[in-house]
Amino acid sequence: MLHSSRRDFLAATAAAAAGFTPLAADAAKIVKGVFANGDRPLVAFPQKRPLMVLTPRPPQLETPFEIFDDGVLTPNDAFFVRWHLAGIPTTVDAAKHRIKVGGLVDHPLSLSLADLKKYEAVEVLAVNQCSGNSRGFFTPRVPGGEWQNGAMGNARWKGARLQDILAKAGVGAGAKQVQFHGLEGPVFPETPAFRKSLDVGMATSNPDIIVAYEMNGAPMPLLNGYPVRLIVPGWFATYWVKMLSEITVLDHVDDNFWMKTAYRIPATPNASVAPTDKGYATVPINKMVVRSFITNLKDGATLKAGNHIVRGIAFDGGSGIHAVQLSTDGGTTWTSTPLEADYGPYSFRRWHAYIALQSGTQLTLACRAQANDGSMQVVTPIWNPSGYQRSSIETYKVSVA
Amino acid sequence: MTISKTVAALTAVAALTALAAFAATPSKKMPANSSGVVSISLPGDLGFAFKPGPGSNLANSLCLSCHSEAYVATQPPFNKAAWTAEIVKMRNVYGAKISDDQVAPLADYLTSNYGTP
Ligand code: HEC
Repeated sequence: MLHSSRRDFLAATAAAAAGFTPLAADAAKIVKGVFANGDRPLVAFPQKRPLMVLTPRPPQLETPFEIFDDGVLTPNDAFFVRWHLAGIPTTVDAAKHRIKVGGLVDHPLSLSLADLKKYEAVEVLAVNQCSGNSRGFFTPRVPGGEWQNGAMGNARWKGARLQDILAKAGVGAGAKQVQFHGLEGPVFPETPAFRKSLDVGMATSNPDIIVAYEMNGAPMPLLNGYPVRLIVPGWFATYWVKMLSEITVLDHVDDNFWMKTAYRIPATPNASVAPTDKGYATVPINKMVVRSFITNLKDGATLKAGNHIVRGIAFDGGSGIHAVQLSTDGGTTWTSTPLEADYGPYSFRRWHAYIALQSGTQLTLACRAQANDGSMQVVTPIWNPSGYQRSSIETYKVSVA
Repeated sequence: MTISKTVAALTAVAALTALAAFAATPSKKMPANSSGVVSISLPGDLGFAFKPGPGSNLANSLCLSCHSEAYVATQPPFNKAAWTAEIVKMRNVYGAKISDDQVAPLADYLTSNYGTP
């Protein structure tokens, strides 16, 4: 509740805010919710512009959607933030930071940032999207981080290839998975530490997975994982471990909570089940599913009659975007739109279209993308109990004045 | 070479009215120095706090160690069964220290203040 009237709340707030300059009430800005309990205050966290606050502790900050209209890259200070556990170091000394490479390896390593920069540097433009992006739109609603569509961003990441690091360490025979861990820690020791794993085949053969020390040409904001973050292009953000500090080669399939119990999707078509379904098999969430959005207007917008440009973005799990189509009649007929510059298969792909609007009309715009692997957005929203990988066709009601 | 840079959180809450005040100010640019110390201050709970009422003392003592009240307030209005499941999950999965006889009063508090019957 955005509320603080009782005396003890005031005291608690004052203590929590020690060291901050209170600002006037008229500076308050709240982004109105599009689902129940969806109002989000806009607050500028350190190294960030004002973003939509889901939870301040641990910080979970959503990018206001109009920012995706500004360009193909999401600026570092606008990039969404999502931590699981509130034990986040607030001071990080990059010079002292080490990544320990161990487990089933021939030569354990302890890599400084300088060591990391001795590996061939590679750059990749890649979308980082939370597994639960758009969770708030699930019907029926499910518990979790109640995001609109802004728990995603696209950045130019620069770093060393994971496969080069693992080759240097020498992966031992019988390795099954490679586990990643960062400096994020739990408040209570009983809370499972956040660890994520990839199959060893993928970790040693995918040249696009990098340990990144740069984001859009600059060190990444602390809240996005400074000083180094794992980048797994095409895969959901849960694997993109922030403040990466340990790479451990496992001789077994990781059975820690964040792999075995959390972040799993039904092993069903489109990862969809009915709310009453029970006992289905699950798999760890993995590759992202193709999506597209309009970025220069919102659902419920009122526009003037005349010619308009409609701009948007599309992306998938790494095959690249084949086509984006726009409908002005709620999905009955579709027209292909010109795709803009191609920044690689993992990046946002911008597209645009021109539409003519007649005054006094109401219409429903819709966009749908097809990926190079043939996959296409579906009409019917999926459902699963964790609220993962929503990806159905977005619609936008527009009234013409 | 170490460059120490403290970036203070640019906002704080002025709890002036029933609605907390949230400030939106532009962020400061960080120097592009990847061998530096970066130090930030997080702004605490920004005025998110459990609604007063019977049972709020339990929520205040049992539900604020790991995260702010916002995690509760941003959830959809769950029924009692769903809130009970959340409380049990917090205990069994994340290690929240909640005794059996605290589950029902907590669920009642959450359902009447953040839920639907
Ligand atoms: C021991 C630490 C701890 C305590 C104490 C705790 N929680 Fe949580 N809670 C968590 C963690 C960790 C998450 C988020 C996990 C994630 O990021 O996926 C969470 C998430 C949530 C969520 C979001 C939905 C979900 O299931 O992830 C709700 C609601 C919630 N907690 C309610 C409560 C309530 C109510 C209490 C008091 C009864 C409580 N929590 C006490 C650790 C705790």
